[in-house]
Order: sequence, then C-alpha cells, then structure tokens
Amino acid sequence: MSDKPDVWQGTLALMVLKTIETMGPQHGYGIARRIEQTSGNLLSLNYGTLYPALLKLEQEGAIVSEWGTSDNNRKAKFYRLTRVGRKQLEREARNWEQATAILARFLSPAEEA
Amino acid sequence: MHSLPRTLRAFWIRLRGLFRHRSAAADIAAELDSHLQMHIDDNLCAGMTPEEARRQALIKLGGLDQTQQTVRERSTLPWAETLAQDLRFALRQLRKSPGFTAVVIVTLALGIGVNTALFSIVNTVLLHPIALTHPGELVAVDASKPNFERGSISYPNFRDWQRDNRSFTALAIYRHLGFVLTGAGQSERIHGDLVSSDLFSILGVKPVIGRLFTPGEDDIGHAPLVIIGQGFWARKLGSDPNVIGRAIDLDGRAFTIIGVIPSSFDLNVGSFRAEDVYVPIGQWDTGALKLRGAGLGIHGIARLKPGVTLVQARADMYAVSDHLAAVYPEDDHGLRASLTPLRDVIVGSVQPILLVLLAAVGFVLLIACVNVANLLLARASSRAQEFGVRLALGASRKRIIRQLLTESTLLALAGGILGLALAAWGTGAAVKLVPAALPRAEQIHVSPMVLCFTFLLSFAVGIFFGLIPAWRVAAQQPQNTLRDTSRTVHGSRHRAQDWLVVFEMAAALVLLAGAGLMIRSLIALSHTDPGFQPKGILTFSLAVPYSQALSTDDGARAYLREVDRQIKSVPGVRAASLTWAAIPLTGDDDEQLFWLSTEPKPADTNDMHWALRYIVEPDYLNVLELPLLRGRFLTDADQVDAPPVAVIDEDLAHQYFGDADPIGQTLNFNDPEEKATIVGEVGHVMQWTLDNDAGFPLRAESYISLIQLSKYSLVSTAGFTSDIVIRADHPDTVFPDVQSALRRMNARQVAYGPETMDQFIAEGLAARRFSMILLGVFAALALLLATVGLYGVISYLVGQRAQEMAIRMALGADRGNVLRWVLRRGATLAGIGVASGTVAALLVTRFMASISLAKSSIIYGVHPWDPITMVGVIVVLMGVALLACYIPARRAASVDPMQALRSE
Repeated sequence: MSDKPDVWQGTLALMVLKTIETMGPQHGYGIARRIEQTSGNLLSLNYGTLYPALLKLEQEGAIVSEWGTSDNNRKAKFYRLTRVGRKQLEREARNWEQATAILARFLSPAEEA
Repeated sequence: MHSLPRTLRAFWIRLRGLFRHRSAAADIAAELDSHLQMHIDDNLCAGMTPEEARRQALIKLGGLDQTQQTVRERSTLPWAETLAQDLRFALRQLRKSPGFTAVVIVTLALGIGVNTALFSIVNTVLLHPIALTHPGELVAVDASKPNFERGSISYPNFRDWQRDNRSFTALAIYRHLGFVLTGAGQSERIHGDLVSSDLFSILGVKPVIGRLFTPGEDDIGHAPLVIIGQGFWARKLGSDPNVIGRAIDLDGRAFTIIGVIPSSFDLNVGSFRAEDVYVPIGQWDTGALKLRGAGLGIHGIARLKPGVTLVQARADMYAVSDHLAAVYPEDDHGLRASLTPLRDVIVGSVQPILLVLLAAVGFVLLIACVNVANLLLARASSRAQEFGVRLALGASRKRIIRQLLTESTLLALAGGILGLALAAWGTGAAVKLVPAALPRAEQIHVSPMVLCFTFLLSFAVGIFFGLIPAWRVAAQQPQNTLRDTSRTVHGSRHRAQDWLVVFEMAAALVLLAGAGLMIRSLIALSHTDPGFQPKGILTFSLAVPYSQALSTDDGARAYLREVDRQIKSVPGVRAASLTWAAIPLTGDDDEQLFWLSTEPKPADTNDMHWALRYIVEPDYLNVLELPLLRGRFLTDADQVDAPPVAVIDEDLAHQYFGDADPIGQTLNFNDPEEKATIVGEVGHVMQWTLDNDAGFPLRAESYISLIQLSKYSLVSTAGFTSDIVIRADHPDTVFPDVQSALRRMNARQVAYGPETMDQFIAEGLAARRFSMILLGVFAALALLLATVGLYGVISYLVGQRAQEMAIRMALGADRGNVLRWVLRRGATLAGIGVASGTVAALLVTRFMASISLAKSSIIYGVHPWDPITMVGVIVVLMGVALLACYIPARRAASVDPMQALRSE
C-alpha cells in the first residue's frame, strides 16, 4: 500500500467544485488529474471514485454536464458549475477554513502562550 | 451540509434512473471510455507501450467494471431495483398459478371485506353514536316509577328539577307531536317536537339562520314561536332567508318563525327525531301539562357540568326528586329521577348483538387467514425444490425470504383492495337491510379510519402468513430438498395443515350453529300468536282541525260517526274503529289507574292498580279479531248516557279476580273518576313486543268506549286526532281510497301515516332479522372458506401422493381403494373438526342465549342446544366436506398409473 493518504471522506466534492471553478468547464479525467496535481501528488486518488461523486453533485444540482470535445479532439463529458454549486462551494470552503483554523489553534498551542 | 431539497432532488433523479437505466448505462460506459482514452493518450505521450499505457490507466481508474458498478448504483436506487425485480418475479409466479392466486385473493377479499363492512357499521353506531359536541357529558333524564324504569317526566316536576339540581349545565325536555299545517297548499300533517328552551343549546346545535329559544319562551302562555328544520325550510319555504319573523299555521294557530336548524342535526333518542318543526313545550294545548302526576311521554336530556360524574349527578337528582316526593306525596310518591348516559340509551339495545356479530366476523377473517396460510404452506412445500436449487446455486436465504414475503404481501394487498370494494358494496347493502334499528344508520360509510384498518389488516395478514413458509425455507438444507426428489413428504409437514383444516371446520360449525339458532328464533317468533290476527289490519291517523262542527259534544260525536261511516263505505273495508293508544306493538301506550270495589280508595295514585287503557269503538273486536272469552264486547248501545262499561283481558281477570267470574264486577277509575261495570273478557293482546311481552310488568289490559269517554275531553282547541284501525281485504292498497273519502267529507282533515300491522311486526323484528341475515352470511362464508381449505389440503395431498397411488394401482390396488383412502383422510379431518366444533358450539350458544336484544335473548323460542339445529348443521358441514374431498379423490382414482410414474 502506498503511504499517501486517501481522500478524506466528504472532501472530494469540495475539491471537485473548487477545481471546476478554477479551470472552468472540465471533463472527469481532467478534474482527476488536476486534483492530483494540486495536491502536489500527495493524495492517492482512485480516478474511479470521482465519477459517483460527480454524479451525486449533478443529481444535487451543483453541476451540469454536457458532451463536448477535448483539447486533443476526443469526445468527453464536460462538467460546469451552476449557481447552486457556486454557493455550495463558497459555503463549504468557508466551513473548511473555519474548521482547519480551529484545529490549527489546538495543534499549535505554543504560539498562544 | 446537505439541505433537504437537494437530497430530495437527488432522490428523485435516482428514482427516475430506475426506469431509464439502459440509456444511462450507455452514457456511463461512453464517459469512462473517453476517460480511459485520454489517460492512455497521456500515458503514450509519456513513452509507455500501448499495453502498458492501457494497463496503467485501468489501474489508476480502479477497474472498469467496478467503477461502472459504483456509478450505476449511484445513478439509481439499488434497493428499489431489487424490489422491482422481486415484484416482477412475484407477479410472474402468481400468474403461473392463477387458481392459487385467485383463491387466495378472493379468500382474503371476503375476509377483509366483510370485516371492513361490519367495522364501518360498528365505527359509526358504537364508537360515534352521537354526532354532537362532548357527547360523553350528555345524559338522558327520565322518571322511574312503578311499572316504568324510564317513565315520562311531568312538566311541573321538570320545572322543579331544572331549578333544584346542581349537577347539570342545563336540563331540557322533549316530546314528539304532530301538527296539521294549513295555509300552505293542501293541508298537511307534519312532524314536530315539543322542546324546552335549552334543548338545542344543550346539544350544541347552532341555527343556520335566526336564533334558538331563550329561557322563558317555553313557558305556558308565552306567544307562539317555532324553529323549523332546514329540510322543511327548503321544502315548504324555498329556503327563503327572510322567513324569520314570518308565521306558519300549525293546528290553526299562527307560530312565528325565529330560527332554522341545520339538516345535519340528527338525534334519535326515545320519541325524539330531527323533525320539521320545533315548538316550545309551553304551547302544548293540553290541560294535563300542568298536572304533576300526568304521564305524557315527556323525556329529558341534560348536560353534566364539567367535572361532575354520573354517580354524583344521580345522588343529586335522587335528593331533588325525593324531596319533591315528600312535598307532593299524592303525585310523586315512589317517583325518582333516572339518569342514563345518552350513549347507552342510543346504542344500548344493539351493542351486544353488534359485538356478537363483530366476534363472528372476526372468526370469518381468522378462517380466511388460516386458509391463506394453508395455501401458502402447501405452495411453499411444493416449491421446496425450486428454493433448494436456488440455495444451492448461491442465492442468499435473505433474498429468498424477501421473495416469499413480496409474494404474500402482494397477494394480501390485492385481497385488501378487492376486499375494500366488497366492503363499500357490503356496507351499503347492510345499511339498506336495517333503516331504523341502528342509530345513525344513514350515516354509515366506509371512513378513512376503516380504510386504514383494512390496509393494515391486509399487510399484517400478508407479512404474518408469508413468514411461516419463509421461515421454513430458511431452515431447510438445500441438499436435503434436492435429495428428496421423490417428493415423499414427511408427515410433520402435513400436520400443521391438518390442524389448520380441523380448526376451520370447527369454527365454521360454531358459526353455522349460531346462525341456525338465529334463524330458528325468527321462525319461532313469526309463529308467535300476538293475541290478535295481524293479517289484514291497516292503521293510520286522522287529524281534524278545530271547527264549529266540533264545538259541541253532540256535534263532535256526530262528526266521528260520520268519519266511521265514510271509512266503512270504502269498498274492501270490512271493519273500522277509531282508537286512542290501542294499537299493540307500536310503542303507543296509555294507562288506567283503578281500584276494586272490594278495596278502599288508595290515598295516592301510586298505590292504585295499573292497567293498559285501550280507548276503542265496538267494531275494534272485529278489526283485531280478538277472542271473546266471556260476556260481550263494547256495543253501540254503550252510549254516552248509558252506564259506563269496561271490557278486560284475561290477564287483568286473572290478576285481580283469580278464577272468579269478573263479569258484573266494578272497576273504580281514577281519572276521570268513574265506576265502570265489567261486561266482557277478551284474550290477552301482546302490547309491548312480540319477543318479550312477558318481560314487561304491566300487562293487564282494559277496553273503554270512545263514545262513553267523549263527555270528558274528546276535542281540544287544536281539534281532534285519533288513530284508526281497519280490517280490509287489501290493507296494502286501500289507503288512497280511504284518504280520498275522508277528504271529500272535509278537505281540511288529514289522514296520514298508513302502515299495516304486518309492517309494524316486521319493524319490531328488524334488528333481529338484520343480525340473523348477517350471521347467516358470515356462517355461509365460513362454510365456503372451510370447504375451500379442506379441498385445498386434500388436493395437495393427492398431488403429493400421486406417485405412491400410481404404484399402488400398478401393483393391483383397485380404484375404489384409492378413492376410499382419500375420502377417509378427508372425513377424518372433517370429523375431528366437527366433533371439536360441536363442543365449542355448545359453549358458544349457551353464551349467545345470555345476550339480549332489546331486553329479550337473541335466541328465542328454541333451546340453545336445540338438537335439530345441531344435527342439521353437522349434516350440512359433513356433507359439504365430503363433497370437497370427493372431487380430488376422483381425480386421484382416475389417474393413469403409468403416466404418474413416468412423469417423475
């Protein structure tokens, strides 16, 4: 087994939303590669797990999909953020920042003293 | 994190995914394919060989099939998909054996249908008998006195009770009274109630328009007011909103309309009905209203103050009435207030029989369930091999159990839906059977609550009886079932089914015995001699508004003679008599207080003797065809100036004169005070009810001449009303002729309410007939279901043993042997069932005899262990059972041995 951490439960959706926001409309493969790159190859992402997550986001109305053509002329399904998705992204990003900030205070108490 | 609307939206999309997963699957496959291609492209660019590029891409994806599977699961609802699969499979299985499916569904539908129908009736009649606010606080108030447990209240006593009690929010009285409506088209007889001011406010009734009576408006001497019913308002006044303040003419007097009572108001207590008009009691034009000792058929309703219990209220009212008895001993001695919850008054007489019917119908449902369980068991056993194969091939037990449960629930639901249709129809049919015997009968309907009851019931039945075979399947070892190819089934598997059939037979026998006894009771009743000849008698009423012709006694008598003459001149009328309170079995009664010449005059009325008083004309003897035992009946010679005479019945004769000849003896009457000589004795007539005349303490009867009484109070200021009995060749059809003859005589007089004596008798037995028909239907259903059950078990047995029997026959056993063997098997089961059922029936019928319907046992004129009924029922049940066995037995015996052997 690799020593890279798996994607934490519940964070994949946030990563996907953020990636699409940054890159604009993107296909699944592209999103997967981007997430891996952004994490500096520290995450072990099983590309297959991305698709149920994409489907769930689509069912919830956060993203919509459309068939299109990729850079190297392959047919691919592109995902685009909706208004609902943008709001969800903002909210969840804020939640995460808060959560990590709180945890950070716990984990480095020395600074406070 | 997840808001509900988003989750719902996702659920909806996944649900839709269930029905379009073929295109969705292609979409997923295409997307993953494009993903792989792009990854492979990249890998090739990175310098991998084509094989390596593809391998790495697949690894990174985590396997194509697995990914496809997880995506697909996300795109639909996996559990729903399994359910749909189970449903499809179950439907296919059920379609494959239509006989089994039909029998199970029909059985359940019958069980559930009759239960729901009866539950609908019980729901309305027993659980919600009064559609009024806080019905639990309402009590019926009456006066208990000698001879009458719940006798009528006199107006002066009512006023005192009203003033002195400390338990009631309010106390009100009512009494039925008919009126002749004039000035609005043809003179018409309408129904009304005399009420005291508080009646409607006690009941919580709000007027549609106008107002209710206020205190004081019911006093004697107040200006005449009237509240009308919504039906009357629509029928006679075109629902005109401006009627308030207008007047209508009742019995020739103008009553001012002050309000309209909604037609939804419905109360059926004692003589009170929702009627055309409601008139304050003080307007009643009878001198007797002011008499404290008068029995005028007035009864009361009160609402308990919050927190006051019935026991406290009783104690309070006893004190109040005991005090009055001390103050007015001559009228109130021995008289006490009597309080009964209104609900008991309304449903008291039908409650026990409805509970019996509910128990009976519960039995029917139980038999139906047992039948279904039996069929499912048999089916599961015959499918054991199928399950064995599936288990061996790796199906999980859970899945097979779920499959079986799906099947049985599906059956139960289908049964439930069909049952509901049956219930809707059955409720309607049952209500038609009994228009009057049940309170609120016209409001009985299949309510939402009953609907839930049905569906819960069918679900429970499906799951419970689906579990038994399912549990068996779960316990079985596949290798055993598979090895068991010869299908020789172990005895233990039959035993459960055998016992179920025995139970069914026994239950059916109990129901049949009960129904048989009810039928015998009704036959016994219809052969009861009421003491007169009811066939050929027509009764109706006549109302004559006051006019100049009635103003003198002689004029009134001449008028009545003319009425008699007119009626008798109608072709087909053979005898006629005007009567007062002299039509037996109709609930009308009038009492005469008397003492004998050998006794001193008692100090107060309650120490006098009581007799029913029939005020009649001489022809009455011919109308009723009474047996004249001694002396003579009243004759035309008994004129108003002739010495007063009386005719008594054999009960009065026996009670007061023993074996001595009563002719020539004198009866001293109290009101009017008069000495009457007894001139004749006739047979006893059943005054009260056909089934319980002997149960009423007051049975002595006296006959007084209407003409002789005419010197007292024949005509009031409202005019004259009388009941008339006639004997006619065609009592059903003669009324229009009589009516037109009377109208020709005087256009303002109204003849109304024709009813034959046979109708009265039928009405009196309606509740009994209703329960008999229902119990009969239930028993027939039980018989049918038990027979189907036995047939099913024997057929199953024959099917299972086909091979064995084929071998026997191949080895030389003759067909008769096989036939006898199967029949013996069935007869044994039926015999055990019948034997145990007989024991149970003897206990149950004993219990039934203790249940009463309006004061008399529901089993009448026949012993609860009536041997004819019992033997008859046993013969019928055994006969039908043997027939049910004979059909499969014939099939077994006619099987071709070679074919049976080859088919394995």
